[in-house]
Amino acid sequence: MTVLIDADTRVVVQGITGHQGTVHTRQMKLFGSKVVAGVTPGKAGTVVEDTPVYDSVQEAVDRTRANSSCIFVPAPFAKDALIEAVDAGIRLIVIVTEHIPFHDMLVMYHYARARGARIIGPNCPGIAAPGVPSKVGIIPNVVFRPGRIGVISRSGTLTYEIVNGIREIGLGQSTCIGLGGDPVIGTSFVDGLELFEKDPDTDLVVLVGEIGGTAEEDAAEYIRHHFTKPVVAYIAGRAAPPGKRMGHAGAIISRGRGTAQSKQAALEAAGVRVGHFPYEMPHLVADLLKEKGRR
Amino acid sequence: MVKLAEWRGKEIFRKYGIALPPGHVARSADEAASLVSQGTVPLPCVIKAQVLAGGRGKGGAVRFASTIDEVRAGVNAILGLDFKGEKVKEILLEGKVAIDRELYVSVTLDRTLRLPVLLTSARGGVEIESVPDEAILRQPIHPFAGLAQYEKRRAIASLGLSGGPAKSLGPLLDSVWATFNGEDAELVEINPLAVVGDRVIALDAKVIIEDDATFRHPEYSEVRDDRTPLEEIAREKEIAFVQLDGNIGVIANGAGLTMATLDALMQFGGRPGVFLDLGGTDDPAKVAEAFLLMAKAKPTAVFLNIFGGVTRCDTVAKGLVSAMEQIPAEDRFPLVARIRGNNEAEGTAILRAAGIISIPDLKSSAEAAVRAAAARAISPGGPAA
Repeated sequence: MTVLIDADTRVVVQGITGHQGTVHTRQMKLFGSKVVAGVTPGKAGTVVEDTPVYDSVQEAVDRTRANSSCIFVPAPFAKDALIEAVDAGIRLIVIVTEHIPFHDMLVMYHYARARGARIIGPNCPGIAAPGVPSKVGIIPNVVFRPGRIGVISRSGTLTYEIVNGIREIGLGQSTCIGLGGDPVIGTSFVDGLELFEKDPDTDLVVLVGEIGGTAEEDAAEYIRHHFTKPVVAYIAGRAAPPGKRMGHAGAIISRGRGTAQSKQAALEAAGVRVGHFPYEMPHLVADLLKEKGRR
Repeated sequence: MVKLAEWRGKEIFRKYGIALPPGHVARSADEAASLVSQGTVPLPCVIKAQVLAGGRGKGGAVRFASTIDEVRAGVNAILGLDFKGEKVKEILLEGKVAIDRELYVSVTLDRTLRLPVLLTSARGGVEIESVPDEAILRQPIHPFAGLAQYEKRRAIASLGLSGGPAKSLGPLLDSVWATFNGEDAELVEINPLAVVGDRVIALDAKVIIEDDATFRHPEYSEVRDDRTPLEEIAREKEIAFVQLDGNIGVIANGAGLTMATLDALMQFGGRPGVFLDLGGTDDPAKVAEAFLLMAKAKPTAVFLNIFGGVTRCDTVAKGLVSAMEQIPAEDRFPLVARIRGNNEAEGTAILRAAGIISIPDLKSSAEAAVRAAAARAISPGGPAA
C-alpha cells in the first residue's frame, strides 16, 4: 500500500503543451506513471509525448478515466484550472505552479475541500511512490528507490537532496510528498502524517521543514498525541537571520516566531530525532530503524 | 512583500471609506507649510516620518506643531533623519484629534487554519506583540461567507463599545475586510483605531501587499520595499537574492536547499554573505546573470550547490562557464562547486573542461568553501577561479 497514489492513478496534465508540462509528462512516463491525458484549451487533437490532448478536463476524464491531475498552468490561470479539475471529478490535484496569490489559494483550498478533493501544493514538487511506480509531479526520477520510509517536505530541491541521501545508504521510500513552501498549502505536515499513520508499508517518516510559520510546531503537536511511528526531522534555515524572506514566501522569521530552534524544541519534545544538517539525515534514519529492530 | 508607507496605506483606506484625520503627505518644509496655510491640514497637527520600521513615537520620528513655524521646524527636524537604517524622505502631516480610546483592528492570514482572521483588541496604541492573547479576539473569516454580522457584533462587544462608536465600527470592519481582499493584502492593520467623540478614526495604517498578486495591481510596481540596490536588480531578473552580513556567496536552487547550504557553511564557521536562489530555470543566460550579480556583491568565495530537477546540471554549468568569461579579473572569486541530480554527468564534464571540479558530497564541499574563503581573507587578491 502507498499513500494517495497507487497503480490505479491515472494522470491528466493541465498545461501539457507548455515547456515544463511536456518535459515532466515525459519524466512521469519514464518513471512508470500512467499519464493518460493532457489538457490545453484550444489544442485538442494534438498529441504530446504520446499523450492525447483535450480542450477540457471533463473531456479528458470522459475519454481516459483520468482521476488525478498535475497542474503546470501559469499562476494567473491556476485557480481556474483547479476549479475545472474539481468540477470534472478529479480528487487528487498536484499544483506545481509557483507564485499563485494566497488569496486565490484560499478559495482553491476551500473549494476543493468542500467537494472532497485533495490539493498537494502549490509551488511543490509533487508526490511519488517508487514501489508502484507512480509519480505526479516533478521530483527527479533518479533519487528514488522502493522502500518503507515516508517523506513529507515543505521544500523542493532539498527533498531531492534528502531522498537521494536515503537512497545512497541503501534505504528506500514508500511515498514521498512535497507539500510546497507557500503560506497556504492544500496538504500540510499533519495531513501527511495522518496518511502515513494508516499506511502499513511505511515504517518511519522523515519530515523536512523550514523556518517560518508554525507548520512544524503543529506537526509536533499531532505527533505527540496521535502518531505512533518513529519520525526524523530536519529544519532548514538555522543560519537564516530574522526579518529576511528566504526565497519561499513562507520562509521568514518574524517577531521572533518560526525559528529553527523553536521548531526543533517542539519536535524533540514530541520524541522526534532532529538533525542539524541534511547529510545527517540518512544516518539518523538508519540508526533509528536499527533501534526499532526494523533493519 | 510590498510594505506600504503609512500615507499610501491611508490613500487606500480613503478609497474603501475608512475615516481618517485630515492630512496629506509632504516632502519639504515649504510644501508642509503651504498645506497648512491652504487649510488642507488644520492646526494643531502631527508630523510623522514615513518609514516602514515601527517605534516612530519613541524614536523621535513623530512631532507635534501648533503654528506654521513649528510645522517648518518639525518637518526639518524629521526629514533626512536616519531612522533604523531608513532615510526619511517623506512626512505625513495630519490634524491632531482628541482621542477618547485607542483600539486595535487587523485582518491577516492564519496559515494553519488556511483562513483569514480578524483580530480586535481594546488595547490599541501599543505593539500588538506586547498584548496578551486573552486580550485579543481572533475570529477566522471564511472566504466564501465573508464577514458575518454576528462576527462584527462580537468584535463590538469585546471592545466594549456602545452608541456612536459601536455604530461606526461595523462599517469600519467591512472596509478593512474589503481592503484585505480587494488589494490582495497579507496584512491590513489599524493601530491605533481611535475613538473620537461618536466615531472611530484610523490614526495609523499598515498595509502589506502580497508579492505574488502584483500582476493584478500594477499600481504597486513603483513602490520600493526595503531592498538593497542589488536585491532590487535581482528582483527584476526574478532571482531570489538576499544580502546577509557574511562574506561567502551562496548560489543554490530552491529556497529549502539554499537555506540548508547556509546551515552547512555555518557548521564549519563560514559566514554566508549573499543568498542567491536560482529557482527553477533551464536558461544558461539566467544562471550567468546570477553569477554576474554575485560578482557585484564582492564575495570572498562562492559556493555553488545545485540539485538538478527543473534546473538541470548542464544548464548551470554552461551558465557558470559563460559568466566566468565575463566577470572582470578584479571581481573574480574562488569557487567551490557541487552539482548533483538531472544531467549531472554532462554538467560535471562541462565544468571539468573549464578547470572547475565538482565535489559531490555536500559536507565536504561546504567545508572546502569555508576553507577557500578563509585562505583568501588571509591573502587578499589570492586564488581566483
